[in-house]
Amino acid sequence: MTVPGPSPAEIAPPGAPGGGLAFPRILRRSATTFGTLLVTLFGLLLATFLIARVVPIDPVLAIVGDRATQAQYEAARVALGLGRPLWEQFIAYAGDVLTGDFGRSTLTSRPVLQDVAGAFPATLELATLATLLGVLVGIPAGVVGATHQGRWPDQLIRVVGLLGYSVPVFWLGLVALLVFYGQLGWTAGPGRLDTAFELSYEFDVTPYTGSILLDSALSGAWDVFGNALSHLVLPACVLGYFSLAYIARMTRSFMLEQLGQEYVTAARVKGVSEARVVWVHALGNAAVPLITVVALSYATLLEGSVLTETIFAWPGIGLYVTNALFAGDFNAVLGGTFVVGVAFILLNFLSDLLYRIVDPRAR
Amino acid sequence: MSTFARRTGTASRLALGTALAALALLGAAPAVLAETPADTLVIANGIDDLISLDPAQAFEFSGLDQINNIYETLVEIDPATLQPVPGLAESWTVSEDGQTFTFKIRQGRVFASGNPVTAKDAAFSIQRAVRLNQSPAFILTQFGLTPENVEQTVTAPDDQTLVLKLDRPYAPTFVTNALTAEVGSVVDMQTVMEHVEGEDFGNAWLSVNSAGSGPYMLRAWKPNESVILEANPNFDRPVPLKRVFVRHVVEPATQRLLLENGDVDIARNIAPTDIDAIEAGPNTHMQTELRGQIYYLSGNQKNEILAKPQVMEAIKYLIDYEGMANTIVKGTNQVHQSFLPQGFLGAITDKPYAQNVEKAKQLLAEAGYPQGFAIEILIRNEQERIDIAQALQGALAQGGIQASIRQTTGAEALSIFRARNHQLTLQTWGPDYPDPNTNASVFAANADNTDEGQLTGNLAWRNAYPATETTPMVAEAVVEKDEAKRRALYEEMQRISQKSSPFAIMFQRSEPAGIRDGVEGFKAGGAVSSAFYWTVTKGGAAAQ
Repeated sequence: MTVPGPSPAEIAPPGAPGGGLAFPRILRRSATTFGTLLVTLFGLLLATFLIARVVPIDPVLAIVGDRATQAQYEAARVALGLGRPLWEQFIAYAGDVLTGDFGRSTLTSRPVLQDVAGAFPATLELATLATLLGVLVGIPAGVVGATHQGRWPDQLIRVVGLLGYSVPVFWLGLVALLVFYGQLGWTAGPGRLDTAFELSYEFDVTPYTGSILLDSALSGAWDVFGNALSHLVLPACVLGYFSLAYIARMTRSFMLEQLGQEYVTAARVKGVSEARVVWVHALGNAAVPLITVVALSYATLLEGSVLTETIFAWPGIGLYVTNALFAGDFNAVLGGTFVVGVAFILLNFLSDLLYRIVDPRAR
Repeated sequence: MSTFARRTGTASRLALGTALAALALLGAAPAVLAETPADTLVIANGIDDLISLDPAQAFEFSGLDQINNIYETLVEIDPATLQPVPGLAESWTVSEDGQTFTFKIRQGRVFASGNPVTAKDAAFSIQRAVRLNQSPAFILTQFGLTPENVEQTVTAPDDQTLVLKLDRPYAPTFVTNALTAEVGSVVDMQTVMEHVEGEDFGNAWLSVNSAGSGPYMLRAWKPNESVILEANPNFDRPVPLKRVFVRHVVEPATQRLLLENGDVDIARNIAPTDIDAIEAGPNTHMQTELRGQIYYLSGNQKNEILAKPQVMEAIKYLIDYEGMANTIVKGTNQVHQSFLPQGFLGAITDKPYAQNVEKAKQLLAEAGYPQGFAIEILIRNEQERIDIAQALQGALAQGGIQASIRQTTGAEALSIFRARNHQLTLQTWGPDYPDPNTNASVFAANADNTDEGQLTGNLAWRNAYPATETTPMVAEAVVEKDEAKRRALYEEMQRISQKSSPFAIMFQRSEPAGIRDGVEGFKAGGAVSSAFYWTVTKGGAAAQ
């Protein structure tokens, strides 16, 4: 006979509000959070703007180049509006941003928003698959580590996790390419598509979203989809490895904490199956802090991994912003940073929301 | 086994199953297609420097490579000989006074759009480049063309005749050599005019589109990702490959893997350490071409130590040219010690300096620094430059010079250099157009050495080097009509510069490209031009 274990509501501390009032409260709190979000975004805009103005890289030189005469230099400086006071520059910039205009990138001559709309989906594909991998492998691994604490599965998972922390990503990326692409030929190589498919993507697929996977699926170009997936596998595994190492370690520690709780003992005494104790009750409670861990790990990947993107010739946001920074292309740096910041804040907001839904104490 | 262990054993099997399922999902991706399409040339290259494909604006290696295949100029560089030959202009004459050049435009040529190529297009192209006044405009404005006068000085009296009126007489070869530069590309006036926004002469549109008569048309440019070119059916010569696909790949190790796996036909950024392996590879080989870029170490003459002539000479004697050429820059640079790269009119191959520590110490003692001194070398943070700077640090230490390395981003290093705030700096310079004046005018001429002069584009000025002896020679050489005399002038000024300038010129770039067997006819452009794609054939691909 199976005795139902305690629901999360049952383990809530005395005095915690019941479920009936929770929904409007979530809405109220969400409204407050939304307000905070707007203030945070403004702060982000101001901070990136000021940092861009104080770094010792001359954005004018980035445009006019090595050979420019002083007259060309001055003309470009005036055209960029850099002669005006800082506060005036910021007001003008913030005004443009409000209307969705992040300016033109000096590196690509295109509107920054258009560039970011191209680079961000590439990173999004990579980060999403890597996080998926991290969650699907990392959480079970963490649980197994906790239930086998100190024994060989735990040791094995810890060693694998430790490697994930300590191996430099460019090395792992290169070795993975050499082995799985160069030697074994199991996966496709660097870049998002093979040339032949790149041409058919260029000619046959409508770029609805900028994500090759989504666009090719929506256009029914399944050969392009398959090729894109085969290109995504290796970089996603490399990035996912780091993500799973982190998630597994955190899961293990949360699980150890939960498995030591009285309700676990109580459930076992009641005769609840061990699998249910571990995977439903303990993991259910560990899931609350795990949401934050996964969201943070996902958000970090969304910033783009410059080294992975370099090795795998992956035209993502990390590479875009880094290139822009080195070249003094500040419109691009500001735009890229802002979009990543927005994604970061949104993810935090979402995980906050999810946290409240999963954990009744937080309502 | 206890119940607990058995149950968690089930749990761990479940976990393992989930993990394997996840991996299997990823591994289910289809097999790799390791061959490039037969009608497409696929090139791996770092193209993040590409900022515009408008010939009046582009001045970066990647941009010029594409433009060289999209547009034609009045005078062209022959890919086979790398010498200037008539292009869209079939012939030209120079007036008695040497100031008026009249070009006869070839008949029957058409743009990719189908519009005929006329002298009016050529005049419009030069006028818009001068009036846009972007980085490469000086190649045209150095002949006295200005945004104000260009309507009068560049005219097309009829569809076949283009007249250029210059501000003073110039050596005819100087003018025609300069016109081979990409900024002299002839654009399709009618197409460009349809896309003008305000006062931009179609610049925004032409930055990301093409309107030329060359072998290819621009199909797509995705910044930091790829450039796709398609053959222009109206081009008057056969173009064997229908498409060119340039993939942006930064990492040389990644380029090598792509090449070896057959995913690209040409890898243009090969690390010195990979050269031997690619040469020995079963399906790949190397092709090395001498390019125009020069590496130099220069000393700011505002620095009182470096201003002593013996000090810069001592530094030239301390550098281990051969040592570096045989190790850190093996296969990518060769020793070269004069400011004109090989391949240019008047280039010399003299190498008066080799490492000689005793001689250097003696010169330093003469200068009053028998124990050496401390100095800073400014570099941009690129691996090759870091390697060279470290080698220089070691070499200078042998003479007692304690060099520290200051690494900054490229843009910051350039700001410091242009403001004359460096001490020693390790830099490169690439010629702008295939005439010796391009380098002579920046290494050996300085019209005003004062801070107020602000000749920030001039290397002699940046190093506060007055170039007193060679400045008049540079001026004399640009008007010298006799080619032999012109050549002799350049040879002489290089020898003076080797001896007394603050430039320790070390290397000329030799560019290694990894190429798949069966891919033939690729030219990176030598010292005087940019890449030629349209001459490339692949095994089995027939000409159109």
